[in-house]
Amino acid sequence: MKERQLVIIGGGSGGMAAAIKAYDEGIKDILILEKDGCLGGILNQCIHNGFGLTEFKEELSGPEYLSRFEDEVKKRGIEFKLHSLVTNITRDKVVTYTNKEEGVVEIKAQAIIMATGCYERNAGAIQIPGDRPKGVITAGTAQKYLNIHGYLVGKRVVILGSGDIGLIMARRMTLEGAKVLCVSEIMPYSNGLQRNISQCLNDFNIPLYLSHSVSKIVGKEKVEKVVISKVDDHFKFIPGTEMEFECDTLLLSIGLIPYISLLENINCPISSTKGAMVYDNMETFIDGIFACGNCLHVHDVVDFVSEEGRNAGHGAALYLKEKEATSSIDVKYDKLLSYVVPQKVRIPVKEDVTLKFRVRREIRNANVIVKSKDQVLSQTFKMVMIPSEMVMIKLNKDKLANLDDELYVEIVEKK
Amino acid sequence: MKYDVLIIGAGAIGASIARELSRYLLKVALIDKENDVGNVTSMANSAIIHSGYDPIPRTNKAKFNVLGNKMFDQISDELDVKFERNGSLTVALYDSQLPLLEELAKRSKENGVKVKLLSKEEVLKMEPNISPEVKGALYAPTAGIIDPFNLVVHTVENAVDNGVELFLNEEVINIEYHDELSKVLTKDKIFEAKIVIDAAGLSSDKIARMVDPNIDWKITPRKGQYFVLDHYKVGLVNRVIFPLPSEKGKGILVSKTTSNNYIVGPSSEPVDDINDLSTDTMTLSNIRFQASEMVPSIPFNQTIRAFSGNRATCTRHDFVIERCKGKENFIILGGIESPGLVSSPAIARYVVEEFVKKTLTLKENPSFNPRVKKYLRPKEMDFKERNELIAKNKDYGEMVCFCEQVTLGEVKDVLSRSVPPRSVKAMKKRVRAGFGKCQGGFCQPRILAELAKHYKVSWLDVNYDELDTNILVKNVKEPK
Repeated sequence: MKERQLVIIGGGSGGMAAAIKAYDEGIKDILILEKDGCLGGILNQCIHNGFGLTEFKEELSGPEYLSRFEDEVKKRGIEFKLHSLVTNITRDKVVTYTNKEEGVVEIKAQAIIMATGCYERNAGAIQIPGDRPKGVITAGTAQKYLNIHGYLVGKRVVILGSGDIGLIMARRMTLEGAKVLCVSEIMPYSNGLQRNISQCLNDFNIPLYLSHSVSKIVGKEKVEKVVISKVDDHFKFIPGTEMEFECDTLLLSIGLIPYISLLENINCPISSTKGAMVYDNMETFIDGIFACGNCLHVHDVVDFVSEEGRNAGHGAALYLKEKEATSSIDVKYDKLLSYVVPQKVRIPVKEDVTLKFRVRREIRNANVIVKSKDQVLSQTFKMVMIPSEMVMIKLNKDKLANLDDELYVEIVEKK
Repeated sequence: MKYDVLIIGAGAIGASIARELSRYLLKVALIDKENDVGNVTSMANSAIIHSGYDPIPRTNKAKFNVLGNKMFDQISDELDVKFERNGSLTVALYDSQLPLLEELAKRSKENGVKVKLLSKEEVLKMEPNISPEVKGALYAPTAGIIDPFNLVVHTVENAVDNGVELFLNEEVINIEYHDELSKVLTKDKIFEAKIVIDAAGLSSDKIARMVDPNIDWKITPRKGQYFVLDHYKVGLVNRVIFPLPSEKGKGILVSKTTSNNYIVGPSSEPVDDINDLSTDTMTLSNIRFQASEMVPSIPFNQTIRAFSGNRATCTRHDFVIERCKGKENFIILGGIESPGLVSSPAIARYVVEEFVKKTLTLKENPSFNPRVKKYLRPKEMDFKERNELIAKNKDYGEMVCFCEQVTLGEVKDVLSRSVPPRSVKAMKKRVRAGFGKCQGGFCQPRILAELAKHYKVSWLDVNYDELDTNILVKNVKEPK
């Protein structure tokens, strides 16, 4: 069996950033395995701009953003294989992949970085009441049809869910001549970035109905009508609030889920993000297997994925260079947070640690406090935190030097 | 177009009859209103090869279920369909249900079905995830699970390979019956046949009334809603788990499937419209509740799909398998609901022996081959076999469906066969592309592209399922 130092599964923004970072830190024997025909993952179909504001201080389209990373990968001569689907990994890091030229191949890796991205939550997962005709399609699939292949999936469209892809597609389909009738969101707040609500809906007079969901799909073979109803605090439909929309398409933008069958198969501990649980160096709880990007937790913007990819690349490089046994502490949080990544921090802490989390509801004027044994390590004031925007708190390594008990993240709202 | 036999309906029953007739030198047509074979009830059911412990003795249901069950080892082998005889457990959750179990055991004996009554301890040893409240169960080792999609597709494929002619998208609008040669009219074709067989499932009464308006039964469709869960962590349940049956049917079952998913359902609701395949929140939560009573740890958060199918229940409460009165060469197979799938090969054999053979002189087809060309499934091969296959045909090394790990080779193979898929859904039924957790989100454009290429049509003309269900509506790149 061939051996490789570092195998990166997924050649999207997380995987490429991880590869570049690991290479620059001295790991030269790297292989990226990408299932699609090109590097860059989902960015290939994101032809709108808004990428790179943090990373490059300029506004780029998805393909422009990915090509900058692709250039860096190629400049370093990092090996990557396309059309190569990883079908299995083992706990001792044997990676099995398949492609046309080599057939089925097993390689033994010293370290693995999972950068497999996410998939779209679809109609099957939420059991929308009513018929199951053709014309119910996820926003990302519609985006691929339109931006990669040049085809519209419908002419009169209702969008369920205010995730960013749905908002982007509301504008994109409108510009291509479709009529987008409304966006309905079951939560009392939008799940998309504020800039997308404004630029993709408001600018095109597309109504956004909060606390509304699809109560019925009508149409035997093709979507004919979608009924939207208001929901109460328990997400139950309120009778009498129905609004009917004649349409041919129901576009779903109801969330993204980490795509981690490979990790599930080896019983890797999974967090409430539906991604793997990780240490601060992005290592999962399985020795030598790292994870980053949307397969760990779904990010708002790609710039943060690239940064997390670098963290994983750095973590893997250190792991390969100086394997040493350490202990760790847990990261716990109060009920206003829906998750915190990482779930554990290795001690003694040698580098700064960034805690990333989301809140469960909109919170204004609050302090984010990170404590350990009643000692406040960091206190950050936030004017506003909303579920659709990831919060990041950077902890200085000097403050964490003597850490030996769990970290606790809490939010204290100011009266 | 003149035929010896014309079969209306290419579901499990029609398909089996077509295959059975292809053993003889006959001109046979199999027609269906849908854009694929097995596209109605045969595709939306529990996919169980029932043991036959439950039908009332001496009914058609009991007779054909038991006969059919015995045929499936051979059929699944000849037709290369996934089948596992993993047995079923019918569980009693209350002491008051124990006498019913004994009654069922008696019924099984009358039906000639081997069963065993199990104590609580025996049940929990066999299936540790069944509720600890269980009081006992009836174990039927001959029950099994099957891939219902490919059962019908491969049956028709084998029939067509042996000379049967298949016509899709042909909805029968009228039948002119004559003893010698009847006329079956569709929108733009006239078929003539010496024998016409009504295997139209949910429409079997409608078709029968075209010949005899006075039939004394009708179809009263009953809907069943289901959950499908993603690939399992082995061992939630290993056998088919039933509650005790009632008048409404066999109740809500929990079972693994031949594709390593779990299926939970069905409900049982009368519907007016045979095309009503809607699902609703209340029924689904009721299914969830009832199934969890039997198996408390079902991971419903792993649901990848909810669907429903309609049963062709009829007012006679048994399968109608008979010649039309006074019109002997019109054969009616009506009301074939559960256990129809398991009964289908036995019904087919009976129809040929009892009806067709008595009207027509049958000569054996010397070139009849009971086997379909072997399906190559790289996912199930070991490395060496797989690499040899890919070395011969690179398409088997290219994955088109990531969730289910389906290769381009498999997609091209089914397109080259005698009952090729004509739609995205028909492709899904055959190779499972789009059956996984992303539900086609990743692979649908690729599958659509392969269909367009194979049929040399525009992407705009590729259907999701029926005719006129094109997924794409406008090409924005090409100038008008």
